[in-house]
Amino acid sequence: MMTALLTNWRNLKRNPYAVWLGFALIGTALVLLPFVTDAALGRSWVRILDHTLLYIMLALGLNIVVGFAGLLDLGYVAFFAVGAYLYALLASPHFGLHLPFWTLLPLGALVACMFGVLLGAPTLRLRGDYLAIVTLGFGEIIRIFLNNLNTPINITNGPQGINMIDPIMLGEFSLSRTHQVLGITFSSVHNYYYLFLLLTLLVIFISIRLENSRIGRAWVAVREDEVAAQAMGINTRNVKLLAFAMGASFGGVSGGLFAGFQGFVSPESFHLMESIMILCMVVLGGMGHIPGVILGAVLLSMLPEALRYIGPLEEALFGRVIVDPADLRMLLFGLAMVLVMLLRPAGLWPSPVRQREFTRHD
Amino acid sequence: MPPSTEADLLLQATGISKHFGGLAALMDVSLTIRRNEIYGLIGPNGAGKTTLFNLLTGLYRADSGIISFGGINLTGKKPHEVAQAGIARTFQNIRLFANMTALENVMVGRNLRTHAGVFGAILRDKKTRNEEGAIRQRAKELLDYTSIGHHAQMLAKNLSYGDQRRLEIARSLATEPKLLALDEPAAGMNATETAALRQLLESIRHDGVTILLIEHDVKLVMGLCDRVAVLDYGKKIAEGIPAEVRSNPAVIEAYLGGAMA
Repeated sequence: MMTALLTNWRNLKRNPYAVWLGFALIGTALVLLPFVTDAALGRSWVRILDHTLLYIMLALGLNIVVGFAGLLDLGYVAFFAVGAYLYALLASPHFGLHLPFWTLLPLGALVACMFGVLLGAPTLRLRGDYLAIVTLGFGEIIRIFLNNLNTPINITNGPQGINMIDPIMLGEFSLSRTHQVLGITFSSVHNYYYLFLLLTLLVIFISIRLENSRIGRAWVAVREDEVAAQAMGINTRNVKLLAFAMGASFGGVSGGLFAGFQGFVSPESFHLMESIMILCMVVLGGMGHIPGVILGAVLLSMLPEALRYIGPLEEALFGRVIVDPADLRMLLFGLAMVLVMLLRPAGLWPSPVRQREFTRHD
Repeated sequence: MPPSTEADLLLQATGISKHFGGLAALMDVSLTIRRNEIYGLIGPNGAGKTTLFNLLTGLYRADSGIISFGGINLTGKKPHEVAQAGIARTFQNIRLFANMTALENVMVGRNLRTHAGVFGAILRDKKTRNEEGAIRQRAKELLDYTSIGHHAQMLAKNLSYGDQRRLEIARSLATEPKLLALDEPAAGMNATETAALRQLLESIRHDGVTILLIEHDVKLVMGLCDRVAVLDYGKKIAEGIPAEVRSNPAVIEAYLGGAMA
């Protein structure tokens, strides 16, 4: 039964018409998604969709570092912070600078890249736990800098954060305004959704291309056996730095979009917990497998929001709130993680080759 | 055997010493490998064979001594620079990229002879596509050459032991080495597999690659190698054609233990 389904699926994947039809269906669904969500669940869920797209970009960036190159990075949110603050500083009344989005986006990627190399260079000899500790420290250093760089010269405005950040403008088209196009109303969250979707697709495309390339193979080789990779002539220093830089650039882009979308950034948004959350997305979904990582990002950014309904549910069932929903959320979240890791150690959606290996000996 | 001239020499290691703390792993070892020969390195366990291997391939740095390879000074070079210069190796305890397929393992070996970068990978222009095709093609050829072509899509970790050894050789050959250094390639193989390995090594040599071989299987070494060096307690105690070495009293003592008897 299972095998029959699988062969059917494989045949379907080989049929170009079926593939194009699949793409068309997914594309239509993605285009309609914010309107359906808006109608069914309300505007706040469209905002959650926007955040989910940002998390997908972050998870895919971290996937390059952790999933492909096998470098355990616990400070990844630092690059998100760098991207966000760069956008905030260069497009807000704080310094009176208002650079256009199309310069800020590549600049964010570039500066985050540089920070990636900055983190990568001193940690080249470290692996596993030791690397995790150093990267964790790096993430905290960035956050603490942002928190304290308001004296003697006020650069980051300290814990108050930076306010009134310019919304993203595509030419004259402000994404934060409501627009009427062909009689359809596009509110701010819808506009951002389409921009984020476009950039997420670009990030996915780049990830896939990198994975199936000479560079991608070198990353995986370093992950699998660094000594053997060196002996095969791979310059592991450059390969690791490239992984850090590429991963960081995705984080930087996502950070810039976040700043423009929220209109406000503060060090609060870049806690260690965020890094861990992004890492969980990668691990839970299936390290190194792009569709799995996307699934992980979608689940983990939506699940906590869905669990918010537990409070009202408790009230409806018992007449009062018995367990604080916030506590219960983390409890259920932790339980889910433990279960997934026990039952599906390779992640929810591991790469087909690996999955075959996991079930091979059954 | 005619006296070797400068042009015949492929690898020349002179006065190599290496200490690990207080332990002298290698003391003033010199050896020369000629082009297109199969050179065997034998010795009891702990004699320093693998240490010497790791020094030649850049994994360790020698305390003293000079390594020259085809006229290039390799002393103190990093492993990937050594590989670039044309020395490829296998490992005593097999080190494949376990979660990559056999084909991908060999494709990684092509890395240092190819060039595509990040932009090539993302844009996948004609040049990159052609290069990628050539990498795949060459990797397939090498898998066939080492008779494991039918396992191309299997994960390296699921190959049988003998096939893993072969895959390591295929991956090394993908780097286009002038010298292929094999660390106990026949370890754990049965007689049939060893015979097949011997055939493979002979055809590799026939195709113009020089081979340096560490091996415990004395029969294989004596039958296959043109010249053999013997290490014992970090010193070279004999070197020459197999027949000479076999009858060398120092070698017999090292292997059978003289003093105790």
